[in-house]
Amino acid sequence: MNDLDGIAREIRKSTIDQIAHLGIGHIGGSMSIVEVLTVLYFKVMDVDPNNPQRADRDRFILSKGHAGPALYSTLAERGFFPRDWLHTLNKPGTNLPSHCDRQKTPGVDMTTGPLGQGLSLANGIALGMRLDKLDRYVYVVCGDGELQEGQNWEAAMSAAHFRLDNLIAFTDYNKMQIDGTTSDIMEMDDLVKRWQGFNWHVQRIDGHDVDAIETAIAAAKAANGKPSMIILDTIKGKGFSLADGEVGSHNMPISMDDAKVAIAALDVEDGN
Amino acid sequence: MADERDMREIYARTLLEAAETDDRICVLEADLMKATGTPVFADRFPERAFNVGVAEANLVGIACGLASMGKRPYAATFTAFAARKAYDQFFVSGNYSGLRVNLIGTDPGITAELNGGTHMCFEDVTMMRAVPELTIIEPCDRRSLEALVRESIDYDGSIYLRLQRKGGLSLYDEDETFRIGKGNVVRDGDDVTIIAVGMVLMEEALKAIEMLSAEGISAALIDMHTIKPLDGDLVEQYARKTGAIVSCENAQVMGGLGAAIAEHLSETVPTPLCRIGSRDQFGQVGDLDYLKGTYAMDAASIVAGAKSVIARRRG
Repeated sequence: MNDLDGIAREIRKSTIDQIAHLGIGHIGGSMSIVEVLTVLYFKVMDVDPNNPQRADRDRFILSKGHAGPALYSTLAERGFFPRDWLHTLNKPGTNLPSHCDRQKTPGVDMTTGPLGQGLSLANGIALGMRLDKLDRYVYVVCGDGELQEGQNWEAAMSAAHFRLDNLIAFTDYNKMQIDGTTSDIMEMDDLVKRWQGFNWHVQRIDGHDVDAIETAIAAAKAANGKPSMIILDTIKGKGFSLADGEVGSHNMPISMDDAKVAIAALDVEDGN
Repeated sequence: MADERDMREIYARTLLEAAETDDRICVLEADLMKATGTPVFADRFPERAFNVGVAEANLVGIACGLASMGKRPYAATFTAFAARKAYDQFFVSGNYSGLRVNLIGTDPGITAELNGGTHMCFEDVTMMRAVPELTIIEPCDRRSLEALVRESIDYDGSIYLRLQRKGGLSLYDEDETFRIGKGNVVRDGDDVTIIAVGMVLMEEALKAIEMLSAEGISAALIDMHTIKPLDGDLVEQYARKTGAIVSCENAQVMGGLGAAIAEHLSETVPTPLCRIGSRDQFGQVGDLDYLKGTYAMDAASIVAGAKSVIARRRG
């Protein structure tokens, strides 16, 4: 088994436990991005948990800011802050608010929440890296429903226009949004053609395959002169049986008992 | 020789000069680079001048991203677009995030003139005042514009700068000093205080104090170039001294400078107040003189307002 799969499993378990402690949360869209976060933070990105603000680091923007819990579990696993912080999610005075906040959480590079703003921020960061002659990358994870926000397409234009090949974005294509499937609410297909039409380097892969993600990032880095979009085919709620593939998993209550069952199931999988 | 430079030229030149020794300064435009006057910056520092096309949300988002990299972005567009089209981006990606971004709104209020009602933005001040911790500035003359833009570069916080692009006023002497958050007393007086912001109303207020003087009324005139944070001490001082206030702004009075003064005085030194500005009205097409009269932003209206507050004080 790939080490990264094992880490992803731990992050998945930790995210379930984190949300169950609060009793409710954005489990669906957190579960679907665990593998990409794992690959970024444990394989690809140059970051320092002991110096989260280091100027010449790679940067990450979780544009779908509501999936904060998955990022928090990843950052805790990577050592940015103690794991016991995870049980403070959304509690008064916490450093881990529902949506990502750069002023509260060590390792969170950008504040996000209102959808559609992350790609513009990534444009600015990529331009800043270019001005500073930093050989670094800015990574962004967008939701599929999020791409219905028009600002993304303004940012898509400018990233291509400014030839931001240090910008690598992912679409968490779990094909669900709050009110239903993306097909029912607002059709997203063909995402590959849409991004190609904006002159991006585009790949589409299994978003739960850590090796495929790693390979795609390497290919994105090799694509000179163009920003990259890696479309991740994912399953909303992946790995948590009550949420797995369920539209209702966007923001759902989870009991500690549910969490124990789900974590035990992941442990069994781990044993295999 | 008279200074005939447009305000936009002062804005662009000030940033250009500062950028010679400060490589953090960037300018961002949304297809209004010529209107803002920043082509001179783009010519000198092409790598630090970004034209993002007609995309104001992206304009502000990119500025915020640059700010997170330690840059000092100056993003400009018409007030109507800065406030209405990019408010959430400025609010969340910028101000809530703790990033220092300068947003420049040009063509404020009636200076949109022939672009008409769709472009005539009276509400931006009201909207921006509601952004916590944001500083709002509207200089009325060339010297104060230059000084305040210079101060903005190392200012600890985001700024919304309201800028009349065309024309210019040379009100101040060379030795006048300006600080963000501190109003400047243009003329002292005893009977009534006129507190004005921006070039249109400062010009009218200057005429108004002469007209009042001819009638034996001694009016003080304050340039409240910083709308937020309001210089409450100065407002209180002149409320006590003259007991009658007229606020003048090229903006919506609901939530604007007049409202800020009313809020402050009602909690400190309750004082008769007349607010000159747009009163719950949309904009419309027209030249500046027509619009001044239509929205009662002219010297005659200020004079009438001054007399009304004096009467209320005596009443």
